[in-house]
Amino acid sequence: MKIIVAGDGKVGSMLTRQLQAEGHDLTLIDNNPDALEQTIERYDVMSVEGNCASMEVLRNAGVEDADLLITATGEDEVNLLCCMTAHGMNPKLHTIARIRKPEYAESTYTMRRQFALSLTVNPERQAAREIDRLLRYPGFLKRDKFANGLVEIVELRIDEKSPLNNQPLNQLTNIAHCQVLVCTVLRDGKAITPSGDFVLLSGDRIFVTASARNLTLLLKNLNIATPRIKNVTIAGGGRISYYLTQTLLKEGISVKIIERDRARCEELAENLPGACIVQGDVSTRDVMDREDIVDCDALVAMTGLDELNVILSIYANNFKVPQVITKLGRAENLEILNKLPVGSIVSPKELSCNTITRYVRAMKNKSGAAVTVHSIADGQAEAIEFIVKPDTRHVGHMLKDIRLKRNVLIASITRGRNILFPNGETTFAAGDRMVIVTSGDTIIQQLDDIFE
Amino acid sequence: MNIKMVMRIQSWILLIEAILMLPPLLISIVVHDPEAVRGFVIAILIAVAAGAAGWYLTRNADRHFYAREGMVTTGLAWIVMSLVGCLPFFLSGRIPNYIDAFFEIVSGFTTTGASVVPDVEILGKGILYWRSFSHWVGGMGVLVFFLAIMPVTGNNNGFTLHILRAESPGPEVNKMVPRMRDSAAILYVMYVVLTALDILFLIIGKMPIFDAFCIAYGTAGTGGFSVLNSGCATYTPFAQWVTTIFMLAFGVNFGLYYLMVMKKFSAAFKDEELRQYLLIVLASIVLISINVFGRTADTGNMNDTVRNSAFTVASIVTTTGYSTTDFNLWPNFSKAMLLFLMFVGASAGSTGGGIKNVRVLLLLKNLKRNAHQIFHPNEVRIVRMNRQRVSEQTLNNVNSYLTIYVLIVIASVLLISADPGNFSFETNFSAIMATVNNIGPGLDQVGPTQNFSIYSGLSKLIMSFDMLFGRLEIFPILALFMPSVFRKNH
Repeated sequence: MKIIVAGDGKVGSMLTRQLQAEGHDLTLIDNNPDALEQTIERYDVMSVEGNCASMEVLRNAGVEDADLLITATGEDEVNLLCCMTAHGMNPKLHTIARIRKPEYAESTYTMRRQFALSLTVNPERQAAREIDRLLRYPGFLKRDKFANGLVEIVELRIDEKSPLNNQPLNQLTNIAHCQVLVCTVLRDGKAITPSGDFVLLSGDRIFVTASARNLTLLLKNLNIATPRIKNVTIAGGGRISYYLTQTLLKEGISVKIIERDRARCEELAENLPGACIVQGDVSTRDVMDREDIVDCDALVAMTGLDELNVILSIYANNFKVPQVITKLGRAENLEILNKLPVGSIVSPKELSCNTITRYVRAMKNKSGAAVTVHSIADGQAEAIEFIVKPDTRHVGHMLKDIRLKRNVLIASITRGRNILFPNGETTFAAGDRMVIVTSGDTIIQQLDDIFE
Repeated sequence: MNIKMVMRIQSWILLIEAILMLPPLLISIVVHDPEAVRGFVIAILIAVAAGAAGWYLTRNADRHFYAREGMVTTGLAWIVMSLVGCLPFFLSGRIPNYIDAFFEIVSGFTTTGASVVPDVEILGKGILYWRSFSHWVGGMGVLVFFLAIMPVTGNNNGFTLHILRAESPGPEVNKMVPRMRDSAAILYVMYVVLTALDILFLIIGKMPIFDAFCIAYGTAGTGGFSVLNSGCATYTPFAQWVTTIFMLAFGVNFGLYYLMVMKKFSAAFKDEELRQYLLIVLASIVLISINVFGRTADTGNMNDTVRNSAFTVASIVTTTGYSTTDFNLWPNFSKAMLLFLMFVGASAGSTGGGIKNVRVLLLLKNLKRNAHQIFHPNEVRIVRMNRQRVSEQTLNNVNSYLTIYVLIVIASVLLISADPGNFSFETNFSAIMATVNNIGPGLDQVGPTQNFSIYSGLSKLIMSFDMLFGRLEIFPILALFMPSVFRKNH
């Protein structure tokens, strides 16, 4: 497909990386020639310099025969204008706009209709939702849901005291007392697709498929304490904090936000009645002590500075805060960060990239498209959900008779409301929802791609 | 410096080269030429063995690849390709001296067409085919071919841009479509179609089929090796006109052909570089025709005069180097015109050499702007090309390119002037102009009826490198001699 990405910022370049690897023809538009030069030297894409909302620039980028336009510039208004102009030039064009201002959150539906947008993404709102989900089950570093929420892939860290330490994987079901399956192990920054006799070591991060009903049981049997979270401290009063606080307050959780900027504090106090807003610079020891930031059930480090967020999380972990969540604006140094005790990492740009990638895949392949795509294990592996069609290959065959591609694993099969954890005897039928985990360079775009 | 990845691409190139040597091998077998067959077979075996070994040893190369890796890969690839490509000449005994054979194949790949062989007709059909085919391969570039066939998997494929930029001529090289593979394939498809048309017209013009292929390869790559000792003089006037037109066509930026394929004719014809190129060609034909009319045996009547002048101008400006006439006998004004054309060369993004029209155009525009600014220091002016702004960085690059080009010409002229043969200045200077601009024949003792065998081995090596400098636009070869490129902390 021919895709135009307007805005070569963090989200733009991450999308570029993902979409060009999936075989799409990409053209990037930005008004910063240096950023463009860097991107075209890294990825196999073309670039056009200029204002993406101008017709001439759009024409140069080939909008007339493009299939999709994704706008991710810093300005919501420019994104909208760009999509509108492009749609006027090519009515068949699909358009995706990033709209992130909280003031517009309410009007996205209207915008979608009026500007004929195919999709809008709001990274901050998505991140807030993701953090909220994590806070409901403290103990998991990351949760991704599949099959309408019936199945989840959760991330756990194995430490010295974990009952799983030094245990081979085939003992897992006995220890956890419920059906689970480890689909990926991240060890020393490398994603491994493990076999039954793989022995887990402390320091490993494992990605486990489990039914959503069993999550509490899993946590209990793995000795991961999960008291319900009652109060949350948020460092930084940005847009995510705003969305998150709204949700948390509705759930009856008390929230304290520490923000440096006085005016922003007042704005938050005005818009978030019920939350405790404190003005102060969390990077100073003084404020940390005064506000006793570690005296809470969960600390969410969401300032604009990734470095500060990491330091806050390490600090909070030292004081045994039960749940620590770190927001990262740029997700480049994940391998290094994951060696540090920073708790769960949430990257808004990764979330919105996943959403857009999912849309692109669905567009490319309307019938066999992935229903859900989540990137796991620091982006080294992907969990993809498909619906089995009557004409999918190997329908009705036992898994032991089917040869899968290297680094591909069937994590779960959902039939109706039943969840099957596959073994050699398992078969799949039309209508089943299948979750596939793949690592390495293998690109899976439809279900048939997993078979050798 | 990611040596492993650089070496991996060299292995690819060797394997591609082995395949390219198959057609001449086949021809040698058909015409019963056992020495040539032996030469090609051994060369192919060496290329395959070295390529496969390199391929195996570099199987775990990582993919980090930046501008300097691109430069080194390209520079090295051309040298490796030449070292192996000259083996058929050497091993068949047709060119018994290895340095001579190296000079000959470098001259082939760089589309120069300067030869050290006094009598080409005894080389044998297989060798002749390989000689001319090397022009065709070198014209669009073997690495571009590699980019067109390279499997696209995974991420970080942006590195291919560094290779395209290092191998393709011109100050600002970019892709025509988002995918490098598609871009490279488009270039090669246009190249193949134009070459096929050329062959067709030459055959219509009563040229023998073997000659038509070889001459068309030389025309397409703007090379200039001919298969007869008389050059192109004995072909029919129709075939000569066909060659003239196609030489000029291959000196045009291929990006413009793509615009025409996309039906953007006005954008293509309004291109400033194309206009300057055509203007220079027309003006030179007119001036030289007037100057040489009636002065030599080949220019007795109007018809012959215009045909020979047009052919020679096209041949020199596109840096092909075919000849229908001995322009060494022309009056001095015409010879000076030809030297000027050697310097200007063809267009960026074409298969031709020289400084390139676009650089000359930018140099003049920049000069005009800077001169204006001396008298109006506070006026802000920018340089435009095809109505787009040209960045100061590009102008700087063009300036430094010219500087380094002049330095290389001066150094080379000095070095070969010390040749024990003690040739005239006209010979030496035109020899360097002819090699560094990838033309082929020069003037005086290296004129169109002469050859480069008079020079010593050292001079031939210097000129071989000049040809590589010219074809790859200096920096990829220069990178190989810059210690800082290979040092760790740079």
